[in-house]
Amino acid sequence: MAPPKSSQSRPGRTLLTLLALILAMGATVALQKAFVPKFGLDLAGGTTVTLTPVTLDGKAPSQESLDRAVNIIRARVNGTGISDAEVAKANENIVIQIPGVGQSEALKLVSTTAELRMRQVLAMAPAKMEPQQLPTEAPAPDPGMSPSTMPSAARKPSGAPSGGPGATASTTPAGRALASALTAPTPSPAARTGHRAGARSGAKGGAKRGAGSDSGSEGGPAADAGGGATPSAPPSPESADDPLAGQDTSGIDPALLTEFRKIDCTAKNRGQGAQDDPDKQIVACSDDGTARYILDKAAVQGTEISGATAGTDPTTGEWIVQVSFKSKGASQFADITRRITSLPAPRNQLANVLDGVVVVAPTIEEAIPGGSARISGSFNQVTATELADQLKYGALPLKFKQGSVESVSSTLGQDQLRGGLISGALGLLVVVIYLLLYYRGLGVIGVASLGCATIVTYLTVAVISYNAGFRLSLPHIVGLVVSIGITADSFIVYFERVRDEIKEGHRTLRSAVEVAWRRARRTILVADAVMFIAAVVLYFLAVGGVAGFAFAMGLTTLIDIVVVFLFTKPLMTIAARLRFFAKGHKLSGLDAERMGRTSPAEQTLQEA
Amino acid sequence: MPGVISRLYRGDIDIDFVGKRRLWYGLSAFLMAVSILGVLIHGLTLGVEFQGGSVLDFARTPGSSVEQVRETVRDIVGHDPIVQEAGRNWRVTTQSLDGDEVSKVQTAVAERFGVRQEQVSSQVIGATWGGEVAHKAWIGLAVFMLAIMLYLSVAFEWRMALAAIVALVHDLVITAGVYAWTGFEVTPATMLGFLTILGYSLYDAVVVFDMIKEVTGNLGASAKMTYTQAANDALSHTLIRSLNTSLTAILPVAAILFVGTTLLGAGTLKDLSLALFVGMVVGTYSSLCVATPILVTLKEREPKWRALAKRVAAKQASAAKAAAAAVRDDGAAPAAVAGSRNVTITDAKRRKR
Repeated sequence: MAPPKSSQSRPGRTLLTLLALILAMGATVALQKAFVPKFGLDLAGGTTVTLTPVTLDGKAPSQESLDRAVNIIRARVNGTGISDAEVAKANENIVIQIPGVGQSEALKLVSTTAELRMRQVLAMAPAKMEPQQLPTEAPAPDPGMSPSTMPSAARKPSGAPSGGPGATASTTPAGRALASALTAPTPSPAARTGHRAGARSGAKGGAKRGAGSDSGSEGGPAADAGGGATPSAPPSPESADDPLAGQDTSGIDPALLTEFRKIDCTAKNRGQGAQDDPDKQIVACSDDGTARYILDKAAVQGTEISGATAGTDPTTGEWIVQVSFKSKGASQFADITRRITSLPAPRNQLANVLDGVVVVAPTIEEAIPGGSARISGSFNQVTATELADQLKYGALPLKFKQGSVESVSSTLGQDQLRGGLISGALGLLVVVIYLLLYYRGLGVIGVASLGCATIVTYLTVAVISYNAGFRLSLPHIVGLVVSIGITADSFIVYFERVRDEIKEGHRTLRSAVEVAWRRARRTILVADAVMFIAAVVLYFLAVGGVAGFAFAMGLTTLIDIVVVFLFTKPLMTIAARLRFFAKGHKLSGLDAERMGRTSPAEQTLQEA
Repeated sequence: MPGVISRLYRGDIDIDFVGKRRLWYGLSAFLMAVSILGVLIHGLTLGVEFQGGSVLDFARTPGSSVEQVRETVRDIVGHDPIVQEAGRNWRVTTQSLDGDEVSKVQTAVAERFGVRQEQVSSQVIGATWGGEVAHKAWIGLAVFMLAIMLYLSVAFEWRMALAAIVALVHDLVITAGVYAWTGFEVTPATMLGFLTILGYSLYDAVVVFDMIKEVTGNLGASAKMTYTQAANDALSHTLIRSLNTSLTAILPVAAILFVGTTLLGAGTLKDLSLALFVGMVVGTYSSLCVATPILVTLKEREPKWRALAKRVAAKQASAAKAAAAAVRDDGAAPAAVAGSRNVTITDAKRRKR
């Protein structure tokens, strides 16, 4: 191994390395002013919901579907206006954390798997009727994003539709409807090919007509939608303001008409997650908040869909979604398509309502009797797959059940935090006392090492809390406190080794420290590896708080290694040079009386 | 007693752990039988997490009694809840409630006992939740054991890995037995504690095995001692270390247990630390008295060590004969035999013990 000369000149440098590390972390913490780590909800108060996916075959769900579910749930939670909520994947589960208590209502919405329902469109209008300047209200055609009034983003689309037929002023609010209609293509019989382009333009036209005029009953195409008649002047008159102007309102519940006029589909909460009654007409917004609809009673329920797949058209290569129905659903679907296909727009559209919003409202171009339909339009792989999944599973790509709902009041959280900290302090104290009583001088080194480990742990937690969104929770604290033991164990293994070497008698303290280190190092690494394996297994296979505990254990095991290598060992090397230790002072923990005689057993060992 | 303590303190101790392995095996077998019996007869008291249910926590205001709390909650949920004191709080456990019922109960207790509604904590656990936790725990256990088997087989050898795993199962069974007989509640936090015990149980065993490996590494050339004796020496050698590491591991856990029990009453802290505490105590015993003896039993079947044992026995027999002859010849005590022979006699004596 290394010659004693060099190994003895190293400890100072090693300590400096550690000091630099600590200072760097300390500086990070100080600069970021992140002195107190963020606390988890069990300490700060809040509600935690753990959702467990339920799959039909009992297999683990795919990561993609989980990711998608997380995104949808996040959108729903944000839609309810709760701020600071966190939705995250935890192995196979999804954990929703909401600060503050009393959110049980909101939570109920969050995890329900809404069922798809197909409803005939009775009336339709752009999302919002408020008077607007063209450029500011013109929507950016990014579906699904919360509608915003971003002038810069708006300019582009306002220019683009102007090229389209009849698209002038009226396209502004309707532009969204148009955008959604573009992603809302037309279903057609599976057998048919080559009508794709027609379907797309048909959808376009349909949507426009739907938004604008209804079979020419009254008012021109541009007269109604969004007050397009006078684009330059802010149109506030009642007639232009009425989204229902020019539409056939026969057969619609009057209360719904009022609701329809009032609804604001650009709002963040536009009814996502609402459970719609299939036997009632409803008012709903489009998924992306660009259009609003009055919809008839459900004609086909999502449970009647037997399958939906995304794929490409063999002739055109275009992305399509293929839907097939069960027998009852097939006849229902045939009935509804036969009935509405000849109706004027928008009543020839069949809206698919999911999660309280219209995901797609394709124009029905013909009766589809075969129990199998094809939706085509401007899909890409992602959107086609998403739609297929939505049709198959409902809004969430997976079914979930609420594993546990836990809400912790702020006072209980404080109690738990206090309890955790007190037990940490107490645990540290008893270990310190024990080390000092048993090891005396060596104990001081052990205590210093523990102190060093505590500092490194604190800094690490503070840094990852600020920079990696880590939240300290009760299981973490328990894990950290329990780990005091692990850290102390490493010192003990080393100290005992040093004492062994001295007992063997033929070594000076300096060389004993070095030889003991070589042997203890292996033991420490093996033992720490066992702990680390335990932590990793726990972390990846655990539910709920277990992962936090395991994380803390794994973290402290690593810190333990760092501290033993960079702190305890060099400190021992330095201490070995001191007279106090080298001469075996009574209080050094290495005194002759303390070491006792070498026992016959040990003699044997040496001789062996 | 000071003698024992100072000997412990000096690490100068000589207990025949391995030689008494039949005693330990018997004791462990007995404890395990009692534990399994306990689990079979009493079963484990499963926490609300495993049956599904709701738990509400709120501050204990002066003048409120268990009866009052029970009444208030019963009026709403329609069945008798379990009411416990938990530190400064009341803890009410009911059957699983839905969101509406929970908020109704919260409102009622808030009114009745003058706490703010948002200061009433609640926890609703689905009936299958605990099962899932347990399921995951079993998988975790299996994966862990496999990983450890592999790791120890590589770092040491398969016999050590096997001995360590046997000790580990031993610990788990006995800990479960303690829970069954005492009726302590088993919660997911307890399972977590169980899983953690595994790491600790092995920590000690690893330290001892490391020493055994070192000591027996240069054994065999001479026929001074058998594997059994060498292992026992290694164990005696590391005894202090084992006791110290166990103690320092148990001390913080005891601190959590103390705080969790006195300050917070029931809860994660208590459940977790209790499982850890029980498991660590059992683990300390098993790493000394189960893991090493099993390793020795396994090792002594190896031809190499069997041969050594024979050689040592033969040598000792002849030495004993020589000693006896010496005694007969000049009537002197065996102490007269000098040098390394002295050692051999010590060993023979110990072997008889």
